[in-house]
Amino acid sequence: MNAPLDRGATVVAAAALHADDVDRRGRFPAEAVQALKDSRLLSLMIPGELGGAGAPLADVAELCTMLGHQCASTAMVFAMHQIKVSSLVAHGMESEWHRDFMRRVCDGQLLLASATTEGGVGGNMRNSVCAFERDGDMFRVAKEGALISYGAQADAILVTARRAADAPASDQRMAVLTRGQYRLERSGEWDALGMRGTCSEGFTLSGEAPYAQILESEFADIASHSMLATAHLLWSSVWYGVASDALGRAQAFVRKEARKRFDGPTPGSLRLAEASTKLQLMRANIVEGLKRFERAKSEPDDLNSMSFAVTMNNIKIGSSELAIEIINHALLITGIAGYKNGTPYSVGRHMRDALSARVMISNDRILSNMSSLLLAQRIDARLGG
Amino acid sequence: MLDTIRRLVEEQGRLSVAAAALRDDADLYASGLTSFAAVQLMLALEEEFDVEFPERMLNRRSFASIAAIASCISELKPEEVA
Repeated sequence: MNAPLDRGATVVAAAALHADDVDRRGRFPAEAVQALKDSRLLSLMIPGELGGAGAPLADVAELCTMLGHQCASTAMVFAMHQIKVSSLVAHGMESEWHRDFMRRVCDGQLLLASATTEGGVGGNMRNSVCAFERDGDMFRVAKEGALISYGAQADAILVTARRAADAPASDQRMAVLTRGQYRLERSGEWDALGMRGTCSEGFTLSGEAPYAQILESEFADIASHSMLATAHLLWSSVWYGVASDALGRAQAFVRKEARKRFDGPTPGSLRLAEASTKLQLMRANIVEGLKRFERAKSEPDDLNSMSFAVTMNNIKIGSSELAIEIINHALLITGIAGYKNGTPYSVGRHMRDALSARVMISNDRILSNMSSLLLAQRIDARLGG
Repeated sequence: MLDTIRRLVEEQGRLSVAAAALRDDADLYASGLTSFAAVQLMLALEEEFDVEFPERMLNRRSFASIAAIASCISELKPEEVA
């Protein structure tokens, strides 16, 4: 028995109960997030010495998948929170302020959001317009046009900005701002096709805080050591949950049909077999990625390497494409029963939610970045293992 | 060798300051080197010095400063150091 995953069962139930309402009204999945807090799952990855559960990323990924079966918005909020936690764990352990903040995250089950993009950078989070402006022991920052998922509901926000007013756009740092230290002014609403419960609204964020709240590591290192990898792995785990639930519904449909007729497989059953191949590919890709990440964490050179970045990017591209193919198959199998809302075979919300996968950091942007990296990185001809 | 590297950093690095003004150990990333400019720089270095960077050198640290680049090149081409 795995205790965190056991505790996840109550959260999954809460997520399932409210998923339709969250989607229909485009509202924050407050009940499921409260259940995450009650089960102390927001501090799952924080080391035991600071009050967390010290769980490996694979446990977090499993919970993302479990939640993804029921409510992709809850699963994504959980995933995004854990991505911020991973940055703190990987880069904040040497700093007294950040260690103390992690204790507060454990004690208060604080929900963390992030503001990494802003107007004027074309969606590229590795460039900032705004800067941390130091004033003695304090800094000020003002970020316009930032898309902050569940920004209004978060207890703290991790903000990126240029290191200083005279630093180039790519020389960034990341700071923790806690509620009360920042002001949010809503500049855009979130009435989206899917993932409606993430409430990823546009905001102007402004705040000031002690300088000690800026993480010492360069944001480039935070991005490549913790954010990029955990984001792609956890997002993919959410999408795996969404896709496997859709395929489960298609399988139930095929079984029901098969019980009614005995003259051989229906067209739907062939599609099911085909989609199960894709689901297996998707799963293998994520599981292998989780293992690679665990290995790389103890080998800084690997974590820094282009081949690691390419691998993590490929996991995101692969799982976002496969999720849609699998759900599309599920829709073909279930037909009108799947297209309609409110049947046991409905896969409409699955499809709408999964369509976000290709645009959450646009696949085209990632492919373009990778095409540049592949000018240097060598193709791995080994099977490894 | 350092002068050649500095010239290539100037041409490919797209930095916010002139490469001539940089110390050998200055952090190129703090001067605006991006991972993509680093790839362009790597290709130019390979062409100029007739080397191929092995997988183990394809990381952020190898391109962190002019001195770091020089040490990679020296390792690949010991005869250039003389």
